[in-house]
Amino acid sequence: MSEYTDLKIPALELKSLVFSWPDQAPLLNIPQLQLEQGQHLFIYGSSGSGKTTLLNLLAGIYPCQQGDIFIAGQSMAALSASKRDKLRASSIGVVFQQLNLIPYLTVLQNVLLVSAFAKKIPQAEQRARYLLQKLGLDQQLWQAPANQLSVGQQQRVAIARALLTQPALLIADEPTSALDHKHRDGFMQLMLSEAELCGTTVVFVSHDPALRSYFKFELDMEQLQQGVQPC
Amino acid sequence: MLMQLARASLWNRKGTVLMTVISLTISIALLLGIDHIRHEAKSSFTSTVSGTDLIVGARSSQLNLLLYSVFRIGNATNNIGWKNYQTVKTHPQVAWSIPISLGDSHRGYRVIGTNEDYFKFYQYGEKQPLKLAQGKVFAGVYQAVLGSVVAQKLGYKLGEQITLSHGVGSISFTQHKDKPFEVVGILAPTGTPVDQSVHIPLQGIEAIHLGWQSGGMPAPGKSISAEQSLNMDLEPKVITAYMLGLKSKMATFAVQRQLNEFKAEPLSAILPGVALAELWQMLSMVENMLLLITALVIVATLVGIVTTLLAGLKERQREMAILRAVGAPASTVFLLIELELLLMALLSIGAALLILVVGLWGFRELLASQYGLFISINPWHDQTGVLLSAVLGLTLVLGAIPAFLAYRRALASGLMVRL
Repeated sequence: MSEYTDLKIPALELKSLVFSWPDQAPLLNIPQLQLEQGQHLFIYGSSGSGKTTLLNLLAGIYPCQQGDIFIAGQSMAALSASKRDKLRASSIGVVFQQLNLIPYLTVLQNVLLVSAFAKKIPQAEQRARYLLQKLGLDQQLWQAPANQLSVGQQQRVAIARALLTQPALLIADEPTSALDHKHRDGFMQLMLSEAELCGTTVVFVSHDPALRSYFKFELDMEQLQQGVQPC
Repeated sequence: MLMQLARASLWNRKGTVLMTVISLTISIALLLGIDHIRHEAKSSFTSTVSGTDLIVGARSSQLNLLLYSVFRIGNATNNIGWKNYQTVKTHPQVAWSIPISLGDSHRGYRVIGTNEDYFKFYQYGEKQPLKLAQGKVFAGVYQAVLGSVVAQKLGYKLGEQITLSHGVGSISFTQHKDKPFEVVGILAPTGTPVDQSVHIPLQGIEAIHLGWQSGGMPAPGKSISAEQSLNMDLEPKVITAYMLGLKSKMATFAVQRQLNEFKAEPLSAILPGVALAELWQMLSMVENMLLLITALVIVATLVGIVTTLLAGLKERQREMAILRAVGAPASTVFLLIELELLLMALLSIGAALLILVVGLWGFRELLASQYGLFISINPWHDQTGVLLSAVLGLTLVLGAIPAFLAYRRALASGLMVRL
């Protein structure tokens, strides 16, 4: 990434990150990885390759054992667990493969859930309505319980929630795996364009190689384990 | 926010939550109900007699004297002399006195031989005097004033004739058939043993036992008719006990000592308040036992609730992961579960109080008429707050188990919960 050597702060930076479970060989070993704002990364790999662990590290759920992760310049290793929780609320959005929403809350409440834990979001409700509209969710659905929505609708609500804080990083863990082909492409386009509008960097995990075409950068977990320098 | 989550989450599981709340409501209502009855029993118990400074009877334990003179339970060890009673009455400290003569009954209800001073000076509760609901106090020898329960249970009206029995069982083989009594008055309910008593003049007691040999039936051919006996000397020779009101409370102990050291015959003088407290202490053992059992019922209910929560944790793992994903600290998971429990417990307490008040209000009439119990419909006592806080505290302590497990799981499993 030599063309991005200016003074801009990278959205995501990993420095000599090593992670291993107790009494096991290192599962992850990433000497260097850097993504500028708006650059999207596609991570693929079979199960057991450490994808999930990497995402938990990126989200600040697991503490860094060795090395460091920087989200918009903020070192994760320097933060306590509760500070990492705060950072996740304000600067990281997360979308799961499915069941992203708390079933007994309304759509709008789900989107606004993050505002309970993040720093004050200016005009949060207005922004939530704006995002829901942009993501093509009818206004009449906003007050409906989340479990009345179709899977595709739920995933779009999840994006609205993840982008509410205009986070530096959006972590998407196979969010399309429950969608059919037609919806999958629509979903990918919506997600990436909305992320771009927010200036958010997307880290997208999937084992579906067909989605690779949406991304400029990619990371193969298996190669990573063999010590290949990514990017 | 957490509150909104907890409420919505409970509402989402309303079936299980309702059952949980019902079971907790029942145990809390049981606890409060038993505590309430305990208080009411104590206050009704200690208010059986008031305003009386000393009760005097033949030498015996103070409990025995209290039981037969006030509660009409058991029998006197001995009678005391009328003459000596007359002497004590003239003591300068004595303001008033009520003589009592026991030993007869009417269909299971005790008969009290006394005089009109009983209706003037006897007090119960907060120094309330006895009141007549109907009729008047007896004036003639063969007249009776009934307690409210006696009149109601046996269906007696003013003017009816009743026959007394010798002895105190409900079935008696020796009746005072030849000398019936006329009901001239019925007392208003008091919630004390007075309600279950038949009051007749001391002269009446004397009259029905005329011609009786000591301790038994009249000698054959020696029975004396009701009219005849009216012309005879009906002044009693003995009575069972008497109550004293003193001019100065300060003198109580001095008078008590003088009576206990009475030369002419062995007497016991007791302070009703002290004797009541001693008796209550014996009874409260049972009450405390009952309370303990109820407390265990609550613990059992709470353990059941915690079990249900533990079983439901797996289903909620996803929910917790979502909360973690939006930046909730793991402690939020702990707090959410505790808050839900707290809400359920508060709901149960509210429901239990409501059920108690409505129940007491509904059964008040029945309890008063059937059992002579006057129970206040306000179940809140000084220690009720403490009891309920203990229930809440226990809920939170036991709830900490599933809450902590959920917390640990939230920390360990991370975001990507695969279902």
